Amino acid sequence: MNLETLVEALGLKCKCCWEKLKNTQVRGGYAGDLLSDVMANSSAGDIWVTRQVHQNIVAVASLKDLAGIVVVQGASPDKDTLERAGKEGIPILVTDMAKFEVVGRIYRLLSEG
Amino acid sequence: MKLSEIRDLLNARVIVGEDKLDVEITTAFGADLMSDVLSFARSGCLLITGLSNPQAVRTAYALDIAAILVCRGKSLTDKFIEIARELGIPILWTRFIMFESCGRLFQEGLTGCIRKTDGTEEKTIVR
Amino acid sequence: MSGDDLSESLEGIYHIQGRDFVDAGIVSSEVKKSLQGKGIPESIIRRIAVITFEAEINIISYAQQGTIQLFIEPDAVIIEANDMGPGIADIDLALQEGYSTADDSIRELGFGAGMGLCNIRKFSDIFELTSEVGQGTHLKSIVKLNG
Repeated sequence: MNLETLVEALGLKCKCCWEKLKNTQVRGGYAGDLLSDVMANSSAGDIWVTRQVHQNIVAVASLKDLAGIVVVQGASPDKDTLERAGKEGIPILVTDMAKFEVVGRIYRLLSEG
Repeated sequence: MKLSEIRDLLNARVIVGEDKLDVEITTAFGADLMSDVLSFARSGCLLITGLSNPQAVRTAYALDIAAILVCRGKSLTDKFIEIARELGIPILWTRFIMFESCGRLFQEGLTGCIRKTDGTEEKTIVR
Repeated sequence: MSGDDLSESLEGIYHIQGRDFVDAGIVSSEVKKSLQGKGIPESIIRRIAVITFEAEINIISYAQQGTIQLFIEPDAVIIEANDMGPGIADIDLALQEGYSTADDSIRELGFGAGMGLCNIRKFSDIFELTSEVGQGTHLKSIVKLNG
């Protein structure tokens, strides 16, 4: 599924790199707020759902070739985070929904293909 | 959904709370940040977390959370288990990641204990 | 309000050692236990447990030592946290959600994401924070018992 479909289905707000949505494939998902854990266990192509907002999330997403980052619960990514995401080409999406709900909906979308 | 059904759905092990497997749970909250849990989680929910330190148990206790599901197969210390027993918090343990755990439970009908945050949420202190 | 004599309503005083992460949260659990069975609504007790938890984490994370005092008044519960620590230079900045000076040992506990003081403020009816750099920080949180 491409990221644009997912963003539209969930009504996520795109804060950065909207031009990449159409051509980014989402292969799976990862949820977590501990950066070392995401580094260790996420897979390339995962959409990452987190409550973290500081700029290190971009470095992690970039290193692991993640499809993008969904920041949940109305948290707003730092200015530094968005700048860095722009440079690295990592889409940052935000929503007021809680993580459980966001993950549930993405999971459903991915399992429906 | 009963705690025992959650166990079966996620091939989870019951570490603490064999006597509480009939507890009904309808909502869940997934987080690794305990401040996040303290801020948004509601009493009676299932806490899904990759954090397995005593602070996770104490956070659950502070909020009257029904049970903790430790995901990602995180190793558990004796101290964690001891405090969970002392405070009466059931602990399930699964090797599934948080994404899979939340996804399966959502598919089976659990809902988030908050749907979304908005401007009024910050002012609302009735829990 | 700090001039009021609260000594008669003192329910408990808890000493906290800085950097002692193993037992972090224990004061919150103790406070919660001590409030149960007193006719205080569960939802109020939860708020107090959250406030105490975050205040406790702050002391452990940043100060050499500190205390949390719990007072039960007829119409409110008061939580006071005092520490001997570095103090907060810019309180407005410290109260900004996401602002944090936490190190990794704090983050590994699941704290240090810059939400602690915001949570305390969120769950308090009245919230006072004063600090002197190099001396310490004083925090007072009042939770009203009736609305």
